[in-house]
Amino acid sequence: MLELIVISTLNGILFGMLLFLMASGLTVIFSMLGVLNFAHASFYMLGAFFGFQISRWFGFWPALIIAPLLAGGLGALVERFGLRQVHKNGHVAELLFTFGLAFAIEEIVQIIWGKSPVDFRVPPLLDFPAFTIFSTNYPAFKMFMLLVSVIIFIGLLLVLKRTRIGLIVQAALTHPHMVGHLGHNVGRIFMLVFGVGTALAAVAGVIAGPALVTQSNMAGLLGPILFVVVVVGGLGSLPGAFIASLLIGLIQTFAVSMDGSLAGAFGPLSPDYAATWLSDIWNVTIAQIAPIMPYLLLVLILIFRPMGLLGTRDT
Amino acid sequence: MSDATATIAPPRPAASDRLKFYGIWIATALVLLVLPKLFSSGGSLTTFSLIGISIIFSLSYNILLGQTGMLSFGHAVYYGLGGFLAIHAINIIAKNKFAIPLPLVPLVGGAAGLLFAMLLGWVSTRRSGTAFAMISLGVAELVASSALILRTFFGGEAGVSANRTKVLRLFDWSFGPQIQIYYLVAAWTLIAVIAMYALTRTPLGRMCNAVRDNPERVQFVGYDPHIIRYIAFCFSGLFAGIAGALAAINFEIANSAYLGAVQSGTVLFATYIGGVGFFIGPIVGAIFVTLLSLGLSDLTQVWQLYFGLIFIAVVMFAPGGITGLLMMHRPLLKGGTLSRVLPSYLLAFIPTLAMVTGLMLAIETIVHYTVNPNEDSHIKAFGVPFDAANPAIWAVAGVLLIGGFIIARKTWARVAASWDDALTAAREKGVAA
Repeated sequence: MLELIVISTLNGILFGMLLFLMASGLTVIFSMLGVLNFAHASFYMLGAFFGFQISRWFGFWPALIIAPLLAGGLGALVERFGLRQVHKNGHVAELLFTFGLAFAIEEIVQIIWGKSPVDFRVPPLLDFPAFTIFSTNYPAFKMFMLLVSVIIFIGLLLVLKRTRIGLIVQAALTHPHMVGHLGHNVGRIFMLVFGVGTALAAVAGVIAGPALVTQSNMAGLLGPILFVVVVVGGLGSLPGAFIASLLIGLIQTFAVSMDGSLAGAFGPLSPDYAATWLSDIWNVTIAQIAPIMPYLLLVLILIFRPMGLLGTRDT
Repeated sequence: MSDATATIAPPRPAASDRLKFYGIWIATALVLLVLPKLFSSGGSLTTFSLIGISIIFSLSYNILLGQTGMLSFGHAVYYGLGGFLAIHAINIIAKNKFAIPLPLVPLVGGAAGLLFAMLLGWVSTRRSGTAFAMISLGVAELVASSALILRTFFGGEAGVSANRTKVLRLFDWSFGPQIQIYYLVAAWTLIAVIAMYALTRTPLGRMCNAVRDNPERVQFVGYDPHIIRYIAFCFSGLFAGIAGALAAINFEIANSAYLGAVQSGTVLFATYIGGVGFFIGPIVGAIFVTLLSLGLSDLTQVWQLYFGLIFIAVVMFAPGGITGLLMMHRPLLKGGTLSRVLPSYLLAFIPTLAMVTGLMLAIETIVHYTVNPNEDSHIKAFGVPFDAANPAIWAVAGVLLIGGFIIARKTWARVAASWDDALTAAREKGVAA
């Protein structure tokens, strides 16, 4: 039991930090541009596939640098030549544009790398068990993932709190028009933020690629969870996104490792209706409903706290 | 009170206008009746049925997006649940020999859509805009994932199937042949289209538009935007359920794909490409997208990519959709200045066509090398055979794409200028834009 708790906590925090790498970019982009970037998870996927391709040519370490830069550059281009064009047509058009983009990126990835998972391997340097707890080997690569996401988290915090650009970004989170009035080049800030946000998602993609499955449906699987994180945390709230990421990471990891069910808990009662179509609910294990946990959380949050955990404004 | 309504209410339409209005509906009914006589092959009948279902579904979606300003990413939930309930209804009716004929089964689907919209809509319509979009996505994922867990009801991966010919027969119609299904779908399409059009003319329909345009002002007037959004959402669920039931009857199966993100995305594409600003827009979009997805899949392997690119192009350059583009020309037509823009259209058409051809050539060549690199390089896309290994093809694609773009940009500016001229001229003649 203790083993399960320790391992699941580690994995949960790891997954949560990965989610935060993406959700932070998404929520900052949302606060500044007012656009919910539907294609954000697609940049995570692009990061993973770029990382795969580059690590095949030059090795994993260059890929860790180049792939996010490439994806971030693409993101900046998308903002400059796509979103800015659409901006005059309103937020719905912007959201639809990113939706179409997500669709197109998935198709392009399928064309280039195929539908089946690619063989993105852990670099040999990190391919050893970091430590052994309760006879379970914990891979060093996962510790590396955790390390990278923590470093980026701290770096992001420092940039936002300690630098001039961070100051402007923070100001633009709450008063985007005022920042424009003060004479900052809002267009360039937007492009920069979009580029950095998508690059962060791509970093998550490169480090998650070898550990999870690198496949053309990975954006579609993760995208909705990302939105749940942003809504649960509160739209536009970075601390909220952080808490929600960890929460969802932990919930999902713990749920997957539990196989309790109603039948298991109340089995001896064995009511009559358990034999009817309700038997699905009666017999389903917690591990089986793990995929829908985030969405259940979303619905609960919407009923009891529509602004999200730390959200302050209604959109 | 009666004085006020007398002065505020618009004058009653003239007899000729009313004749025109009812004439359009009667003509539509006649066309639906005659269509299978003109195209009697099984394939075209199936296509017509699919288009009819898609029209109802897209129009129901436009109650949300176009009329109330709510962008939903999970509309297929109500479509799919309608489909599942309809399939179960057919099975139950057949098993117990209830005296319910097949044409009434879509009502079951509609009721299911309405019920679930009432259940799930209250929380999600509390907010509009981006928050609503995300919530609709979350709810859709929740329902779609639950469908795979509740295997007894949703039938797991395989789905639930039924035999539509086993229910009570009226007038000896077994609903086995596709032609009878076509008439069933056509009749329901006509009913649903009329109902949804009538809905836009009611005070509720007008309030929906008001909520879309300015929810704050609506609150000042004394309405609750949340309630109006909720009612619109319920109506939308009702018609989506009818569409889903018709789809289930057509295929005699309902599976989890009905509820999925792909279905939600398709209806969004169809509605937006057709145009959300006009009632007829989603109809045009449904016809266009259904024909395109059936036609393109024969012509090229990567038709979904083209689909996505078309959608992005519409969002970027024609936010009004196809009908929006066409309707833009109405003031010019009335002012008689349409002839001024036509030459610049013709001029812009050639380099734009070259650009698009270059893009398609480039895509098909790349696809050949990435998807099936070991096969013969003499490929055929859009019915045109060419050699993907030939460097000349690469050069042609590049020249067409880049050269076409450079020239086309200049001609687009010209189109915009001549468009402005024509519109100003039309306005001077007293035509309201």
